[in-house]
Amino acid sequence: MPTVKLRVQRFNPDVDREPRYSEYSVEAEPTDRVLDALNSIKWYKDGTVTYRRSCAHGVCGSDAMRINGVNRLACKVLIRDVGNEITVEPLLGFRVVKDLVVDMEPFFAQYRSVLPFLVNEDPTPDRERRQSIANQERYDDTTKCILCGACTGACPSFWADENFVGPAAIVNAHRFIFDDRDHAAGERLARLNAREGVWRCRTIFNCTEACPREIKITQAIGEVKRAILYGGVTS
Amino acid sequence: MIHYHTYDALVVGGGGAGMMSAIYLSRASGLKTAVISKLYPTRSHTGAAQGGIGAALGNLEEDHAEWHAFDTVKGSDYLGDQDAIDVMCREAIDVIVELEHMGLPFSRTPDGRIAQRPFGGHTHHHGQGPVRRSCYSADRTGHMILQTLYQNCIKNQVEFFDEFQAVDVLFNEGRCVGVVAYEVATGDFHVFNAKAVNFTTGGFGRVFSTTSNAYANTGDGPAIALRRGIPLEDMEFYQFHPTGIYRLGILITEGVRGEGGVLRNDHGERFMERYAPTMKDLASRDVVSRAINNEIKEGRGINGKRYVYLDATHLGAEVIEKKLPDIADFCRTYLGVDPVKDPMPIQPTAHYAMGGIPTDINGRVFADSRGTIIPGLYSAGETACVSVHGANRLGTNSLLDLVVFGRRSGIDMARFCAESDRGPLPSDAAGEAISRFERLRSGTGKENAGKLREELQITMMDNVGIIREEAGMKTAVEKVEELRRRYLDVEVMDKGTRFNTDLLEAWELGNLLDLARVVAVGALNRTESRGAHSREDYPKRNDEEWLKHTFVRQTEDGGVEIDYKPVTITDFQPKERVY
Repeated sequence: MPTVKLRVQRFNPDVDREPRYSEYSVEAEPTDRVLDALNSIKWYKDGTVTYRRSCAHGVCGSDAMRINGVNRLACKVLIRDVGNEITVEPLLGFRVVKDLVVDMEPFFAQYRSVLPFLVNEDPTPDRERRQSIANQERYDDTTKCILCGACTGACPSFWADENFVGPAAIVNAHRFIFDDRDHAAGERLARLNAREGVWRCRTIFNCTEACPREIKITQAIGEVKRAILYGGVTS
Repeated sequence: MIHYHTYDALVVGGGGAGMMSAIYLSRASGLKTAVISKLYPTRSHTGAAQGGIGAALGNLEEDHAEWHAFDTVKGSDYLGDQDAIDVMCREAIDVIVELEHMGLPFSRTPDGRIAQRPFGGHTHHHGQGPVRRSCYSADRTGHMILQTLYQNCIKNQVEFFDEFQAVDVLFNEGRCVGVVAYEVATGDFHVFNAKAVNFTTGGFGRVFSTTSNAYANTGDGPAIALRRGIPLEDMEFYQFHPTGIYRLGILITEGVRGEGGVLRNDHGERFMERYAPTMKDLASRDVVSRAINNEIKEGRGINGKRYVYLDATHLGAEVIEKKLPDIADFCRTYLGVDPVKDPMPIQPTAHYAMGGIPTDINGRVFADSRGTIIPGLYSAGETACVSVHGANRLGTNSLLDLVVFGRRSGIDMARFCAESDRGPLPSDAAGEAISRFERLRSGTGKENAGKLREELQITMMDNVGIIREEAGMKTAVEKVEELRRRYLDVEVMDKGTRFNTDLLEAWELGNLLDLARVVAVGALNRTESRGAHSREDYPKRNDEEWLKHTFVRQTEDGGVEIDYKPVTITDFQPKERVY
């Protein structure tokens, strides 16, 4: 098996004053995931290397990190995609808890701030509400979000201003704003029209490139901006 | 450091079952409820379910809850309890409508209703042919259920303890009075005193080397329960999903076959026609997994290797990109294979525990095979065994199980909490959990947790997998005992308190070892073949001796004790199972 060199950014605030790097050589197939290489370090070489992981196939959103400078899920990028010298670092813009683990609490607080749930207080019918295929497709793309933080952690506007609601929260607002079963679009648009809302987005497209679910994030943010400007979601 | 908390209701596990019960608890007035989850809830493995959730909505063709119940009973190889199955299939319709009202973005029919597609083992007129019963959101139905339930928990202001690992369950005079949890970020222990506790911690696929399950699926709930003397039911029945990505085990939904995909061997033959003349590729999972296993064994794997093809190339790009986009993405990412143009290399993968913590239809946990209820203790979802899946679960019934019984357990917990006071904590409540963790920090260091886990997973895969026989299972039982002894010499490398995943993984290995033992012992003990439990040395189902549930218990001296409970049969008498 070929050998891969992994540089891992380390930081334990209990003992380290600033981040440092540990280097490891591990055997890995080109078709292995970067997560597999991290696991083989953790299980057999150095158990102190710390990161989150769960599903290992890109649907749970645990292991977003910077891999050779680009935000990726460690379980969704193969060694052959990034070469035999790999540097892994925590997402930018978040407080580091330990090594590759960052504090996601502010991220989820921003998510919660956009009313990320269906609001419809009409009496519920006996059966499902009808929704046309076209109306479902209107917001289908943004339902794919796994809240991994890769987009928000790639956003220069967020790096500059941690109070910016961030692309992930806007994606989740979009998912409800353009759902014709929902009645709270106005409230969400008002919140996103505030100082730390969508207008902090400078259309840099980093979020779209970072998204492991290939959500067209910049386009979704653009749709939210237009809904605010033109007063509605009918377009 | 130990922190103390007081609640009415506690839910342990933030997946579909846990959050559904939490939503119902949050609707009951005046109850103080919290969800403790070792992951952020949206990371839970419910989110990995793909193909759909079963309910006889009849949106596209005639269907009935009774047909769904028959299919589930037959799928279970007659081991499922028919009263529970009847409840699940009848409530399915209402619970799907409820999910839609909560906001779940189902795929739709042209007239705007919830879309449905065929799935393995789901038939019309008791086996006459496939029926469109699986309600779906493209191929990310579990993701959408998990997101929708989390969204509704936020809406209802459910309190979460994220990244808190439950490590023990507390009893006082026969009733459940709380849990002990380990806070991952700090290493502190938390003692939660509560009136009622619901274990919804998911499955334990990580006892096997090739699995569709997340790293988190280490059976924490059942293992904690087992160590506290709670029996586990039907642990020998473990489902291997027919179509995992070759070598990686990542799930490829049965929805591919529901949309018309077929399995082919090295000769290009659609071999399921030989094994299941009516249902073919949509026979139930145990049947299809055994067929694949047999094709490989007889040398018809692709190029003689241990995989066959799942061919969806005739479905066309439109169907694949719109209805199966995640599957296409997985194949392109991990295999460099485009399912629009090329067949997908697949092999069976360890997928789902039919067994678990025994409960009644309201999620109340049984203390024994006679059905004695433990006051205050509940369980739902894959962790639990109601039993609706018996010896083999049908596709789409896991998501259904977790919403139906998550809801029922939440409703019954609310009732129980309103009627009951809170029992006092036992003395030194966190003591046992803390000493278990201390042992892992200060072991002899002769053993490495990673190596032990690898040995365990290979042992279980080789000897307690799709096809079993006595000698292999005996080897497995002995090997697991050896690993459990060696586990006492494990010492973790990370001695810190902050976000110590080294310590947690070692602790989880202890759970896998305890569960693997009862899986292997239960499998060795059951001298018949039924559903997913398939023995070369006892190839036939034996209703006379074995139409009964296994209850396995860990005794005070660390041994294993086996007991049985009769199957509840109402409408459908056991008969030969042909697809």
